[in-house]
Amino acid sequence: MSNKYSLRLRKFILAARAILIAQYSLMIEYRAEIVLWALSGLLPLIMLALWQESQSSISSIFSRDNLSRYFISAFIVRQFTAVWVMVTFEEDTIEGRMAPYLLQPIAPFWRYYLSHIAEQISRIPIVILMLIILILFSPNLFWMPGLKDVVMGLIAIYLAFSVRFMLHWNFSMLCFWTERSSSVERLLMIPYLFLSGLLAPIDSFPAFIKSFALFTPFPYILYYPSKIIAGLEVNTLSVLMTLLFWLTLFTCTGRLLWHFGLKRYSAMGS
Amino acid sequence: MISIDVKGLSKNYQIAEKEPGLRGSLKYLFLRTSREVKAVQGINFSINEGEMVGFIGPNGAGKTTTLKMLCGLIHPSSGLISVAGYKPQRRSPKFLRKITLVMGQKQQLIWDLPPIESLLVNAAIYGISESETKRRIKNLGEMLELDDELYRPVRKLSLGQRMKAELLASLLHLPSVLFLDEPTLGLDVNSQIRVRDFLLEYNRKYGATIFLTSHYMADITSLCERVLVLHKGNLFHDGSMASLTEKLTPYRSVKIEFSNLYPLSEFRKYGSIHESNDHYVHLLIPRERVIPNISEILEKYSVTDLEIKDPPIENLISRLFLKDSKK
Ligand SMILES: Nc1ncnc2c1ncn2[C@@H]1O[C@H](COP(=O)(O)OP(=O)(O)OP(=O)(O)O)[C@@H](O)[C@H]1O
Ligand SMILES: [Mg+2]
Repeated sequence: MSNKYSLRLRKFILAARAILIAQYSLMIEYRAEIVLWALSGLLPLIMLALWQESQSSISSIFSRDNLSRYFISAFIVRQFTAVWVMVTFEEDTIEGRMAPYLLQPIAPFWRYYLSHIAEQISRIPIVILMLIILILFSPNLFWMPGLKDVVMGLIAIYLAFSVRFMLHWNFSMLCFWTERSSSVERLLMIPYLFLSGLLAPIDSFPAFIKSFALFTPFPYILYYPSKIIAGLEVNTLSVLMTLLFWLTLFTCTGRLLWHFGLKRYSAMGS
Repeated sequence: MISIDVKGLSKNYQIAEKEPGLRGSLKYLFLRTSREVKAVQGINFSINEGEMVGFIGPNGAGKTTTLKMLCGLIHPSSGLISVAGYKPQRRSPKFLRKITLVMGQKQQLIWDLPPIESLLVNAAIYGISESETKRRIKNLGEMLELDDELYRPVRKLSLGQRMKAELLASLLHLPSVLFLDEPTLGLDVNSQIRVRDFLLEYNRKYGATIFLTSHYMADITSLCERVLVLHKGNLFHDGSMASLTEKLTPYRSVKIEFSNLYPLSEFRKYGSIHESNDHYVHLLIPRERVIPNISEILEKYSVTDLEIKDPPIENLISRLFLKDSKK
């Protein structure tokens, strides 16, 4: 019995590897776009520059050093939690690629998930290069993160990416009901922009906005993982547990939506 | 062994209707009216293992809808389907490994990558070992006359090369049941012939069942002994090409050339005159009269050339559907 499972797992890993490799060569094809993508994730660095000019209200919570560490960490987290599944899912549905994907003995979910992972791997050298350039220009921004912060930070990034991916996956399922679902992506962007800590640290928000934000997954997608990497004071365990909670929730709803969406697809055709 | 079995298969689509303009949009928001399109209406047929069957009919007849139901992409409104012993709508992995669907107008290859990359992904998804994958790509590639095209980005290939690569990608897992929806759509005559030859060879080599639609009659006549004709969701014909022609026209076309001149009126009693000139007459003779009438003509007149044919099938079918849509 366990043998059968290990065989299946091995096959799955092989399939995953092939998808990763194909996606990786696609990314290499698109190197120019990747650079643009990576640059578009520069917002945290811009915010860093802005906040350093007028470090008034935050300074009670964040020292100048901590603030710059926070935004540099946020830059890294944002780079590795980019998600565009809604766009490709909609394209594949409209252009009819979903049909052949549905007729292959692997759930289409894995194609999208793995192609995101592949893209993130292809980003690693670019992000490192950008960090080196940043440090060269202003060496005082450099700090040596602790090993524990790095390890915990990587785990948090991976979980944050998965949570964000599953959130978008849930909304991708709208494709089964309406023609244009990717416009919803812009709708998701607004709470992400304001509640994730991309523009300003959540702790600097008025208390009622902060407590509202904490009821949503957004601070856990960017703010807390960034704090972990920056080595700022944070309850790492509770952040990871909350991420796991959201991941479980979105996975369950995602499966349900996929189930009903597929039912509808089967009734309506494409 | 029966490969595909279909009983009382129907598919209705619900289409929401929206009137144009603002009023229509508002109405659409609150009182949605929907119309039912009866795409397929209770068809029955079964196909044996290794058979090649053509599936024809005018635009909108329900061919694509039927194929999608046969491979489990959409669920039937009613009726039973069994393909290779499986219920397609369950889409079980074991079933999916046995079938493939190729749609001429929809492509699965990744546009910006060479086909080989998509092939390797497919091979991994179907769990085909590396050496076996190499062998299959070589074999199928030779049959399709594909070679270094596999290493060029798909967007740089011609339509014909792309279609062949698409076929290769869809057949890498060596399915035993092939559903092909207009596989020669938009190809020039040479590429059409190449695809046809390939399908024939694949069928011989692997004993695969092939069910294909096409608007090019040559695809059907050169590949399939049996043809299903679908018209407005109903099966109009299921049988040989010859019996379809018989059904469509009670006449055969007979062209005769003579060495002497004869008065045209003498030939009226043999059949209706379609065309004629000095030494030539083209008759349409009722099927059962062809042999007796021709032997009489051969006896009475000095004939230099004789041709007996069925009228071209394209003309017959398009005439039938035209007549029907006018009704
Ligand atoms: N997803 C859908 N929703 C609603 N109606 C549909 C859908 N797909 C097809 N139809 C309708 O069902 C009927 C049959 O369509 P189908 O595509 O099966 O025809 P076809 O025989 O493949 O035609 P063609 O030769 O043009 O490809 C048509 O009237 C079409 O408009
Ligand atoms: Mg069609």
